[in-house]
Parts: sequence; C-alpha cells; structure tokens
Amino acid sequence: MATVTFDKATRIYPGTERPAVESLDLHVEDGEFLVLVGPSGCGKSTSLRMLAGLEDVDSGRVLIGDRDVTDVQPKDRDIAMVFQNYALYPHMTVADNMGFALKIAGVPKADIRKRVEETAKMLDLQEYLDRRPKALSGGQRQRVAMGRAIVRSPQVFLMDEPLSNLDAKLRVQTRSQIASLTRRLGVTTVYVTHDQTEAMTMGDRIAVLKDGVLQQVGDPRDLYDAPVNVFVAGFIGSPAMNIGSFRVVDDGAQLANTSIPLDRGVLSKITAEDRGRITIGFRPESLNIVSQADEGAIPIKVVLIEELGADALAYGELDLEGEAKKEISSGAGEGEIIVRVDPRNVPRKGDTVWVSIRAGELHCFSASTGERLNP
Amino acid sequence: MTASLQITATAPDPAILDLPWHIPLEDWPAENLAALPRGISRHVVRFVKLSGRVIAVKEIGESVAYREYELLRALSRIGVPSVEPVGVITGRQDPNGERLEAVLVTEHLQFSLPYRALFSQSLQPDTTSRLIDALTVLLVRLHLAGFYWGDVSLSNTLFRRDAGAFAAYLVDAETGDLHQRLSDGQRSYDLEIARVNIIGELMDLEAGDLLESGVDTIAVGSRLVERYAELWDTLTGPESFGAGDRWRVAARIERLNDLGFDVGELDITTDVDGTTVRIQPKVVDAGHHARRLMRLTGLDVQENQARRMLNDLDAYRAATDRQGEDEEFIAHDWLTTVFEPALRSVPRELRGKLQPAQIFHEMLDHRWFISREQNRDVPMAEVAGSYVQNVLRHRPDEAQVLEADTAALPRVTD
Repeated sequence: MATVTFDKATRIYPGTERPAVESLDLHVEDGEFLVLVGPSGCGKSTSLRMLAGLEDVDSGRVLIGDRDVTDVQPKDRDIAMVFQNYALYPHMTVADNMGFALKIAGVPKADIRKRVEETAKMLDLQEYLDRRPKALSGGQRQRVAMGRAIVRSPQVFLMDEPLSNLDAKLRVQTRSQIASLTRRLGVTTVYVTHDQTEAMTMGDRIAVLKDGVLQQVGDPRDLYDAPVNVFVAGFIGSPAMNIGSFRVVDDGAQLANTSIPLDRGVLSKITAEDRGRITIGFRPESLNIVSQADEGAIPIKVVLIEELGADALAYGELDLEGEAKKEISSGAGEGEIIVRVDPRNVPRKGDTVWVSIRAGELHCFSASTGERLNP
Repeated sequence: MTASLQITATAPDPAILDLPWHIPLEDWPAENLAALPRGISRHVVRFVKLSGRVIAVKEIGESVAYREYELLRALSRIGVPSVEPVGVITGRQDPNGERLEAVLVTEHLQFSLPYRALFSQSLQPDTTSRLIDALTVLLVRLHLAGFYWGDVSLSNTLFRRDAGAFAAYLVDAETGDLHQRLSDGQRSYDLEIARVNIIGELMDLEAGDLLESGVDTIAVGSRLVERYAELWDTLTGPESFGAGDRWRVAARIERLNDLGFDVGELDITTDVDGTTVRIQPKVVDAGHHARRLMRLTGLDVQENQARRMLNDLDAYRAATDRQGEDEEFIAHDWLTTVFEPALRSVPRELRGKLQPAQIFHEMLDHRWFISREQNRDVPMAEVAGSYVQNVLRHRPDEAQVLEADTAALPRVTD
C-alpha cells in the first residue's frame, strides 16, 4: 500500500522563529492525486521536500505506507521526483532512454525490456521504442521523460510545480496529460502548485496551506462550496469570491441601507471578540439581479464589463457614500465586487444594478478569527 | 516594439537594445548569431554576437528567468565557478503585439569546452576521469556554499583546461536552490542525480561511438561518488587523535592546501582530561594556490595553473640562487624575465587558441620534452619559439567553442 502520511511533521529553518511547516497532519490514500496548494512561502514545497528526504524533519514523522521514512535517504525511499531530470539522450533509442536507470541499477535485461514495453504501451510510445529521440515530436519526447520515472515503479510520484517553466498554452496541454496518465497508472501522486486552477482541475483532493499551516484538505467541490475560513474562501475559485466585513444589526449584516438576513445558527456563533461584526462572502455567480425593493438588495455601480462569450462579468463598486464603499474586496481588488451576469442582458458601464445573494450561497465567517460560521 | 521591453541587468550594454527582440529566438537571423546550437535542448538557446563578444540567450518563463538570474549572481558573489549572468529581458512583443517569452542572458565563458567537444577531439587518455574529478570539485564547492544543484550533469557544465587537469563551471542553475546549509539528504540526492545523469551521458556517447574505448560507464559514475565522499570528508570531516600527535593539525591543513583549499576556520576541541584532540574544518575556501599567485604576481589564473606556475617560480628561485630573498621580489623578476616574454612570443593571431596561463603550462611541458630530446636545458626563449611553431600552430582555436546545453528534453513544439 503506497499511502503517504505526514504525522505532525514540522520543519523550522535554523535562525527563524516561525516554522516553514508546522505540525502537518495529512494522509494521502493509495493511488490518490493530492495537490498541495497555497501562496508563495506557504510551506507546500517544503512539505514535498520533507516527503522526498530533501528537507530535515525537525519533529514528527513522515511515512510511506507503514514505513517510517523520516530518517531514510532520498534514494532509498522508493519515490520518484518526476520532471526533475529531462535528459533525453540523442544517440540512444527511446527504449534505452527509458530503461537506462534500471540498467544502472543492475536489473536483468529481460526485466528491463518487459517494464519498458509496459510503460511504452501506457504512454502510446510502443512503435517508437527502437527510434531515436530526434524522430519524435515534442509531446512524445515529454512522454519519454515521464516514462523514465514510471518505469522505475516507485511507490509515490512527487511533482514540484512541473508546469511553471512552460508557456500558458503548453501548461494546459501538459496538465491534462499528467492528470490522465497518473489516473491510468494509479500511482499515489503528491503535486505542488501555487495555481489554484491547476489544483482544482487536477486533484482528487486538495490541501491548502498558508504560513506553514494546513488550512483545509478536501475534494475540489468541498473547498469550493464550504471553505473553512476566509483565506481558503478567497484563495479557491476564479474569479475570486467577493468578501466583505459588515456590522451585525438585528438579524442581518448591515451595509448602509441594506440588510442581508443571517441564519439563527450563524448569529448564535458570533462572539464578543467579533465586536458586532461579521465577514460575508459570496461568489460572483451567486448573485441574482433584483430590484431595489427586494430584501437584501445591494446596489452596485458598474465600472467595467468583461465579455467572455458564454459568460459575462460585471466589475463594480458598492454604490454607497463614504467609507462603507471600501468594506468589500474581491478578485478585482479593494472596494470592488465581481458579478456574473447574463451575457445577453449585460448592464452598461455607469449603471447601478441591484443584486441579492442567492439562498444557501452565502458564506459567513467570524470577523475576528476568520473561521466559518455557517454549516 | 522596444518601448515595452524591460531589461534587468547589472551593467547593461546599450548594444543589447539593437538585437531583434521582437522576433522569436528560434527565428533570429544568421547575422546575429555566433553559432547554431548542437543537440536537443529543453529550451531555445542561441549564441549571439554582441559588441565583439558572445552571449548565450535562453528563452524561458519570466519567473524562472529571474530566479536563475539571481541564483547565478549569488553564486558569482560567493565565488563558485559558474557562468556570469548578464540579465533578464521581459516585455517582448512581436510586431502584432503578441507576447514573446522572456530571456535569460549569460556571458559565454571564454576558452570553455563542452564535454562533447572534448570527446570529439583527438583524445588524451583518461579524459573521462579528469572530467569527473573536475566535476567532483565543483559539486563539493557548490555544496559547501549551500547550493543544491538538482540536475548535475556533464551537459550542465563547461570545462576549462587547468594545467594538466580541468576546471568545471556550472552553466545551468534552473533547478538549483541556495540554502544556508545543505542536509545530508540533499547532498546525497544531488550526488545520486549526478551519478545517474553522468552514466547516461557517457552511455549516450558510447551509443554514438564517441567514447574513448575501455571506459566502464558505471564505474565512472561510482568514481564520482567515491571521489566526492573522499573530498568532502577531507574538507569537512572530524578527526581525532591523541594529544601527543598534534602534528596532525598541520598535516590536515597541508592536505587541504594540496587539494587547493585554504582552511578559513578550524574547530579544535579536547576532551575533559585533554588526552584526545578533535579537529574539524568549519570553513574552507577553494583557490589556495590561485590566491597565492595573485598576491605575488597579480595574475588571475586557475588553481592548477597557479600551482604549476608557483612551482616554476620556486625552480627559478633555486636556479638563480636567491633562496634568502623576499618572495615578492623574486616573483616580480620571474614575471618580467620568464612569464611575460614567453607569452609575448605568441603571435597575435594564435592567441585565441588557449588561455595565456594554459599556454605557459604547455610551454613548460614542451621545455621538459625538448630538453630531454636534446639532452640539454633548453632556455625559455627558445622553448617559446619552438612551442609556437611546432605545437600551438596546429591546435584548434578554443576561445569560442560554442554549443548549447544539450541536457535534453526539447521545448515542446506541437
């Protein structure tokens, strides 16, 4: 069983106070594709390196299957860092290119040939085995490089931002290649990226990190629909969630003349530390265009329209006097809201539209801790 | 088009603005190029002419380019042998306003030789082991500096002749990482990557009939690992001995000096009753001989070249019977009566063949050779002339041997 377990694993760089990774508790199932995602400096690469053996573990453990590998040398952990070494040797055949690591390890020739052929079949490279790399297309050469990691049959694949040095078009293409290939192989994979779109499209489950601490781990839908705190809410999803801080007045979140009704359950969780405020989040697609008279209607002055063909996005500001305008922020920045609108019925720049948050699509967070309040 | 260009460089050469940045690198016209790259490489790389010199231009992602630029700068500051970065250029656009990739620009390392070029020349025996030894020293120096390479290979390295050996220089820092200190896990993994890559590259040469015969590629890989362990241990390993054997302290320092390293800091501890002494070098600096030569003569040459020249300096001192005199004076006289006249005898058109210190080293070899042949001590003036006529003239030019890094996976084009 090639599971991966981080058991309260911590890494503190010498001379620093804050741990780069703090007490990470994470379990990856056999055959699962788990993505570690977060902004720069969040500890995702450090965590991967701890798994690879390239980073000391200051406390806690790392396990592969049942085996405690915390003090085991990288080359003895039976992992493969994919895409780290791209070397394709021009004078060797594709078969020799894929199998030479096995040759070095002294694996018998017949075994090498068998494993190379199995791998080539998986990668659609069978007919090229006796050709030279020059005869292959770019995409095929990339697969040969992957083949080299695969043929070693490691227990776990590790990938650290493998798409970062590719241009945008190639990134999307290679992304789907990796995803479908690892699915076919069923090898446990731990993948690091800073790009949340990549995380959402590739991962069976996603682990979001910030400042060395695991924020939430779950499948993409969980993270999208029920982020456990403000950070995850704002990080996952593109365009980003609209998030704002409001006063709690009676049973609603108050924004000048508008009151957004809040659930009893949510209200009961507000504490003294919150000082009578609450943080509200709603995604651009969670807004209905309504009229001024409707309950919970929020006025938005449209500043920009983005036509995306099947979709349209309206960027706007809260149409209020003074400082209250700046209470909200979104993927567009401070004081801006993004609304997904019907592309056939697009408001004009300068118009004020009234929107309300669809039932059940309101996210409530504590104003003091940022933790989720609604179930 | 150039309006949106952003150039990050320490000392930008204005001429760089005249290059056709609005054209994708692989389509650059021949008149800008110094040579076309050989081999399959992961990114588009070109050797470009600029103000009478050659630069290497590599098209890669913007953040990767900046990162590599900073790493190369850091390595240069630390004094680890590596290519000099020139700058990063972003904001490129073609005439239609389409974005073009960013580029990293580095200086071409003069007189450097890619490993394939070394193997395609008429072979000295033992080229392979000498290259491995050079790479070992480079890897140890990188690791001492806290640099984890991540993709050690012959293709990511350039070699320069260094007297009878080679000196290795890092070319590609893309997968590298600079830390305060490397863990044992990091060092051993880097070494393992090196071993596998080098065996692969040698097997590839073998498959192309380019490898000197009798080379056991796997044994070469093992040699790298062994030599690394030996060198690392000599440079950083603790050593214990009885208090009466304190000469071992000097012996250890001497051993390091012989290998070309100075001890910056040596940890010495005794146990409670003072009977056992334990020493461990904490800071070591490469370039022991090069520094000494620089101090005495102002010449900036590589380590083994310096060692050879210092030996010749000692021989000169003995031959002129000036044992009692100050080193500095003798060095000055050696420079003006031996070294400089020898080099002046090389005609201008032949100076692009080898670095000056390397020419001098070969002249010393030649002196030994013809002195034996003629059964007399041939004076340097004659040696120089004979060397130029009979040896140097027939050597290929090595000032600009251009080849892109052939570390593999090509830029995906479909």
